[in-house]
Amino acid sequence: MAEKNATLLGRVWQSISAFFKEKIWQGFCVNILYKKFDRYKGWIYLAPAIVLLLIFTVWPIFNTVRMAFLEGYTTMKDVRGDTFSFGLGNFTRVLEYKGFLTALKNTMLLTVLTVPISTFLALLIAVCLNSIKWFSRALQTIFFLPYVTNSIAIGMVFAAMFNMIIGGGARPDFIGVVNIVIEALGGEYINWMNEGAEYWAMITVMVVYIVWNALPFKILILLGGLQSVNKQYYEAAKVDATPRWRVFTRITIPLLSPMLAYVIITGFIGGFKEYSSIVGVFGESMRAPGDPTYTLDTMVGFIYRAISNQEGTASAAALILFVIILVVTMINLYVSKKKTHY
Amino acid sequence: MKVELQNLTKIFPSRNKKSGEEVVAVNNFNFTIPDGKLVGLLGPSGCGKSTTLYMISGLQKPSSGKIFFGDEDVTELTPENRGIGLVFQNYALYPHMTVKQNILFPLQNLRGADKLLKEEMLARAYEVAKLVQIDELMDRKPSELSGGQQQRVAIARALVKMPRVLLLDEPLSNLDARLRLQTREEIRRIQKETGITTIFVTHDQEEAMSISDVIVVMKLGVVQQTGKPQQIYDDPCNLFVAKFLGTPPINVFEGEVKAEKLYIGGECVLSVPGVADKAVYVGIRPEGFIPDENGGLSCEILGVDVMGRDVSIVSKNAAMLTPSVRSIVDADYSVAPDQKQIRYTLKPHKVFLFDKETEERIYFEVQ
Repeated sequence: MAEKNATLLGRVWQSISAFFKEKIWQGFCVNILYKKFDRYKGWIYLAPAIVLLLIFTVWPIFNTVRMAFLEGYTTMKDVRGDTFSFGLGNFTRVLEYKGFLTALKNTMLLTVLTVPISTFLALLIAVCLNSIKWFSRALQTIFFLPYVTNSIAIGMVFAAMFNMIIGGGARPDFIGVVNIVIEALGGEYINWMNEGAEYWAMITVMVVYIVWNALPFKILILLGGLQSVNKQYYEAAKVDATPRWRVFTRITIPLLSPMLAYVIITGFIGGFKEYSSIVGVFGESMRAPGDPTYTLDTMVGFIYRAISNQEGTASAAALILFVIILVVTMINLYVSKKKTHY
Repeated sequence: MKVELQNLTKIFPSRNKKSGEEVVAVNNFNFTIPDGKLVGLLGPSGCGKSTTLYMISGLQKPSSGKIFFGDEDVTELTPENRGIGLVFQNYALYPHMTVKQNILFPLQNLRGADKLLKEEMLARAYEVAKLVQIDELMDRKPSELSGGQQQRVAIARALVKMPRVLLLDEPLSNLDARLRLQTREEIRRIQKETGITTIFVTHDQEEAMSISDVIVVMKLGVVQQTGKPQQIYDDPCNLFVAKFLGTPPINVFEGEVKAEKLYIGGECVLSVPGVADKAVYVGIRPEGFIPDENGGLSCEILGVDVMGRDVSIVSKNAAMLTPSVRSIVDADYSVAPDQKQIRYTLKPHKVFLFDKETEERIYFEVQ
């Protein structure tokens, strides 16, 4: 039956196309349609993707901008039928809110600390992985594990590693592995993330976590880059008695520069979007127990909380974050254009 | 610098560990490359010629045997301590550096007593760039150069630190036909001007014949014959060498020696004094045929190629082992359009006999 259908369809199609290709029809409207189809068929094929993009990407972006510039916008009022006047009130509200500066400072600090550290470590590990022969596959898998693990789950493990539960006794009831190691090395316990923890200690916890979490992707990209470097460059360098360090800085790094640029740019973008990692370690309150404010708040955290009742403010903050990322990425691209060899 | 190879052997372990079969890439290579000569290592792919080159460079370690540069045993030396210049098949120019930076790179690596001042480095770089005629391209990137220019940059980079031995791996294989002719003359000229002992690898016999002082013909890791190109062409020691050298290639026939006479397809074609009665392979160079109505060898004409200087006659013979019999005769000789048969007498010094089992040459007295 299916076959019969197919041949029938085929025959219908044949007659239709024969009809359209008929000389006598040239210049007639049907033929114009046929030609139009030819010209626009690219768009027609793209249509499903474009529709989805319009609904889920273009419209939200447009709507964010709209909400940001409407004074005191909230969805509730919008649904109720209120009208809003155009203005910059949402932006001034964001900038005046003192929690925003904390969020901005935390975001910047985490990004500036984690991107160089993780890039450097990833490069080091990738070079090592690339040069060893045994177990390199197994090690690659191990290094890749954080990438496929849920960040909240990893956060809980990290929290357990840094945590300390102080009961009534002389020793704490529970000591995380980090403090055990510090004790073994002859140091004092550090209050990383419990009540009264200092800001730098909490930031250190987050830097360690974020760097560890960011490594796999970077290692993967850089290792791929290293493996695609033609071995003959190294042989040529060897024949020319090039010292190892010079091979690394003059050959490996330049040939790897496109991947490095990619890893750094995406690292910055990811850093500015940091949120779930902090929630994973410190919980949704984003602070050590007992802190009065959101000590470890980030831009996305700020936006996320504002979105529940002040969509206009949230949109304004999102636009501010967008502009920051845009500027930083443009600086990155400008620098990489000068330094990158393609 | 004289280069001496003694019992050089390279064995690669089998990839499949269970079967345990090793691959002998180079088997007991003995040869002395005279000082200041251009030597071509010639053979089909997989014959071990590149492996030999890489062992001389030090990038690969020989399984056994020794390598001497002059009187110095360099077998255990690493590549950087051998004082060699190596030009890779695909040139391996650093793509992110300009031509100048590429050429300067080996000089900037020099340490200690050899360390050069910046001006000295530049002077050396420009000197060698002039030698290979790329001094006007110094600020370009390799991707902005043609294949031939890249090749010259690679040679310049290899020459700039004044190596004792220059090694070239398939130097012409990435160039088009015209550039190949031009570049091989260039290599010849550069070698002559510098006087550096140069060893190059090629699978193209024409290339090797045209520029080498000495060629080494290899097959399956074993050296077949060494000598001056013309000498090997005129006097091949076995069937492989005879077949590998020469364009158009040698014609091979089934033959038989009876009472010091050579028979091809039952026809007596040549007297071969001093050869015992047996079946043989007969190799005849294309230029070894003389059209002659009374000649011993008869062939059926398939076609005639006129090449101006001479005429190439393609024919067939029942006893031939090559796809056709190609002879090159004087342009004065004309073949009638309806001529189906042709008879040849043979030039004895262009006829080689080979043993059917060993494929080794059987010599006879040329009168």
